[in-house]
Amino acid sequence: MNGPHDMGGFTGFGPVEHAEDEPVWHADWEPRAFALVLAMGMTGSWNIDEARHARERLPAMQYWRSSYYEMRHYALILQLIELGLVTAMEEEQGRMAVAPKPVKRVATAEMIPAILATGSAYDRPGNRPQGFDIGEKVRVQNINPEGHTRLPRYARGKSGEIVAVHGMHVFPDSNAQAQGEDPQWLYTVRFTGAELWGKDTRDSVCIDLWEPYLEAC
Amino acid sequence: MAHDGHRHDHGEGSELPPIALRVKALESLLVEKGYVDPKALDVLIDTYEAKIGPRNGARVVAKAWTDAAFADWLKRDATAAIASLGYTGRQGEHMVALFNTPDTHNMVVCTLCSCYPWPVLGLPPVWYKSMPYRSRAVIEPREVLREFGLSVPEDREVRVWDSTAEVRYLVIPERPEGTEGLSEEQLAAIVTRNAMIGTGVVTA
Repeated sequence: MNGPHDMGGFTGFGPVEHAEDEPVWHADWEPRAFALVLAMGMTGSWNIDEARHARERLPAMQYWRSSYYEMRHYALILQLIELGLVTAMEEEQGRMAVAPKPVKRVATAEMIPAILATGSAYDRPGNRPQGFDIGEKVRVQNINPEGHTRLPRYARGKSGEIVAVHGMHVFPDSNAQAQGEDPQWLYTVRFTGAELWGKDTRDSVCIDLWEPYLEAC
Repeated sequence: MAHDGHRHDHGEGSELPPIALRVKALESLLVEKGYVDPKALDVLIDTYEAKIGPRNGARVVAKAWTDAAFADWLKRDATAAIASLGYTGRQGEHMVALFNTPDTHNMVVCTLCSCYPWPVLGLPPVWYKSMPYRSRAVIEPREVLREFGLSVPEDREVRVWDSTAEVRYLVIPERPEGTEGLSEEQLAAIVTRNAMIGTGVVTA
């Protein structure tokens, strides 16, 4: 989808405000909001691509106006209500009104270190033939899918060169929409600044792109 | 449906902003429904507040500067090389190390969300997740770097890496001159977070 999250190339947001030795949190509620997002993710009720897609489906103005952890919190509520894990009234009142739905796992404090240290790998070895190799020129398809995609708008229709091959990885466009992992070859493609922006520059951008986004040049 | 401008009733004199009350309310609800263990929340927070942060990445960089075999391993298989120091897992499952050279300055962004190599750098700073950085890093990287006080020479390519997949990037900055006498530990102490994202360089 062409959502508010797809930000590469905008220039109207002003300077990057940064501070030395910035603290991890900026308000007491931020760590709680962060931990709720992670802990609910650990219940196995959705995958990472579905979680990203929920953020992208927030109303555009809400997405842009919110601070980062606010935005994550709103997306979490959206998912909880869509899946029937909580009702809108429960969320509003902060009290249980209907029985909980079963979830795959509730992570206890003891389980957390191992869960974090293990993570979840996204490569999926398989025997689908590899379409491109390092050094090959490719063109990015010009697609505007209604659902989730990790193909940024600023790269669509542009040509670049394969600089790395990462094997087959879970395909987010499918995985975000309950259509399975459908693993696809993943490449890093390097684009010149001239190709992307029409500028006279020696600079470049490398983007990780799955094979279905690409065609031979 | 999540919506803006939502208000919870709260007692007069409460100084908490609406979002703080809303997060608190959701936490009690999710605990009451048995979906989350409140002690697990505390462990999650403590992990990223106190245990996992940019000091991990700095150790990787210092080792790469002092141990040629390790640097070579990082280039070939960063995930395994970094795991050998004990840094593994969530948001670092597929690592790539980007070595700065006299020809190339590397800089990392996630234009679509906030992807960042947690096991080596911890949670990203606010500016990394901000609209200005996410939008401008790819189209005007040199202007963005100047806002960080960094002027990359014109004859050096700025190569921006947009983290659109589950591959996570760690920039290995150039070792500054005049640091020949420093130990690995002393070197790690001068490596900054921004240098490992590519919005800074390391100075002696």
